[in-house]
Amino acid sequence: MRLEVLYILWLRQLKRYIRSRARIIGSLGQPILFLVALGFGFGPIFEQAGGGNYIQFLAPGVIAMSILFTAMFSGIEVIWDRQFGFLKETLVAPVSRLDIMIGRTLGGATVSVIQGIIVLGITLIVGFRPTHLLLLPVSLGFMILIGVFFTALGTAIASKLQDMQGFQLIMNFLIMPTFFLSGALFPLEGLPGALSIITKLNPLAYGVDGLRGTLINQSHLGISTDFIVMGVLTAIVLWIGTYLFSKIEA
Amino acid sequence: MIKVHNLTKKFGKLVAVNDISFNVNKGEIFAFLGPNGAGKSTTIKILTTLLHPTSGTVTLDGHDAVHHPDEVRRSFGIVFQDPSVDDELTAWENMEFHGVLYGMPTKVRRERIDQLLTFVELSDRKDSLVKEFSGGMKRRLEIARGLLHHPKVIFLDEPTLGLDPQTRNHMWSYLKNLNQQEGTTVFFTTHYMEEADRVADKVAVIDHGKIVAQGTTDEIKQQAGVDNLEEAFIKLTGHAIRTEEVGAVDRLRAQSQMWRGRRK
Ligand SMILES: Nc1ncnc2c1ncn2[C@@H]1O[C@H](COP(=O)(O)OP(=O)(O)O)[C@@H](O)[C@H]1O
Ligand SMILES: [Mg+2]
Repeated sequence: MRLEVLYILWLRQLKRYIRSRARIIGSLGQPILFLVALGFGFGPIFEQAGGGNYIQFLAPGVIAMSILFTAMFSGIEVIWDRQFGFLKETLVAPVSRLDIMIGRTLGGATVSVIQGIIVLGITLIVGFRPTHLLLLPVSLGFMILIGVFFTALGTAIASKLQDMQGFQLIMNFLIMPTFFLSGALFPLEGLPGALSIITKLNPLAYGVDGLRGTLINQSHLGISTDFIVMGVLTAIVLWIGTYLFSKIEA
Repeated sequence: MIKVHNLTKKFGKLVAVNDISFNVNKGEIFAFLGPNGAGKSTTIKILTTLLHPTSGTVTLDGHDAVHHPDEVRRSFGIVFQDPSVDDELTAWENMEFHGVLYGMPTKVRRERIDQLLTFVELSDRKDSLVKEFSGGMKRRLEIARGLLHHPKVIFLDEPTLGLDPQTRNHMWSYLKNLNQQEGTTVFFTTHYMEEADRVADKVAVIDHGKIVAQGTTDEIKQQAGVDNLEEAFIKLTGHAIRTEEVGAVDRLRAQSQMWRGRRK
């Protein structure tokens, strides 16, 4: 492993992110909409039902959402690199596929965590108040795990796609369900059988639970369980992603 | 330096490269000629580990391209036929990225980047994003980048297409110099026969995936019974015009803009 290679790959992702201001601002619109429309719209009902302050509940979910989307898009950018030809430049270089995968993933994860932190800032403006300031570094840990997991997943999927045709499919059948069934918007307790099983298999559910546990002390799986599950899943998806990425033909 | 033995590549039913064999010696300048769609780029992609052969073997500097791709990748540099620079980075950043991937020491890397960017007359635009460049400027950047790390073998796939004569001459004098000073092997494709005639030690002509002639330029001319390479080429490959399939990338560019637009 060559650190300078990881660094330059990471730096490239970061530069591309910082240079596309439209992308940064654009991708903030959705979390703001969710926070304001759902947060204030469902707030009264949520409170009447005994769920407590809805903004408090929703904010960790919306932070996780913005990381999920940004990370997936970063991973899927491999398809662009392939179509615009730049992928060839990295694939013919004397650099191991593992390094390329790790460098890209760290870059995508960093970008998505930055996005998550910006959204955290916005939730504070809307009235979110973390109760456990001391656990903030652990929250950051969860944000990083969510970022790494979904960047690696996006890269793995993109390695198997030739063009953007399949993208809409992934969006509707993978990203959206992952988000809606993660507990980001509503508590997962008391769901009907099949759905409850799906949520147990949903990696983001552990990320959201961990974030909620560390930010407002409301975890129902336990922070350490969340951390271990996310950690193990991230390792697995990185491994699969590297394998699929190494099989790419340009 | 390059050994290709009974190489075949199929894409589904289409046989892009059909059982070809040839050798290129160390320090040779080798021109790989053929009409559009003949199989030149496909062969180069196999030689540079981007595609796997359907059958046959390919070795570079003694290493098998399928079984030891890492060793092979350490020994070559390439200028692709299609664009492969990052539009969202500056010219300098594209060069720097390349130099780091190829493990060049910082000092040599920086010096050579400056030297090559000056050489292709992009030094005053080195901090501009590549997406602001014209087609010719991008092409010059690709060439500068391909020359950056001084590999043992350099592949150039239609490098001079769309270049003005000045840049073309520049490029060849740089390559000839590398060839003489460092014994760099040069493998290139071109549609300009006078270019091949002028610089190549050896030539192979490929058509419909088959090699139809190979040898020194003089041998090729003799074989075809004419006295210049252009006539020999036409005699060997016929008069029919081949069209190249383009448009996939253009389609995607449009799609990407749509997608980016939607995300705004
Ligand atoms: N990835 C691919 N999938 C299917 N067909 C391909 C692919 N790449 C090249 N071909 C086909 O293989 C043939 C040889 O192409 P290529 O090697 O690019 O020719 P050249 O570089 O000599 O113009 C052409 O018919 C081309 O359409
Ligand atoms: Mg070609």
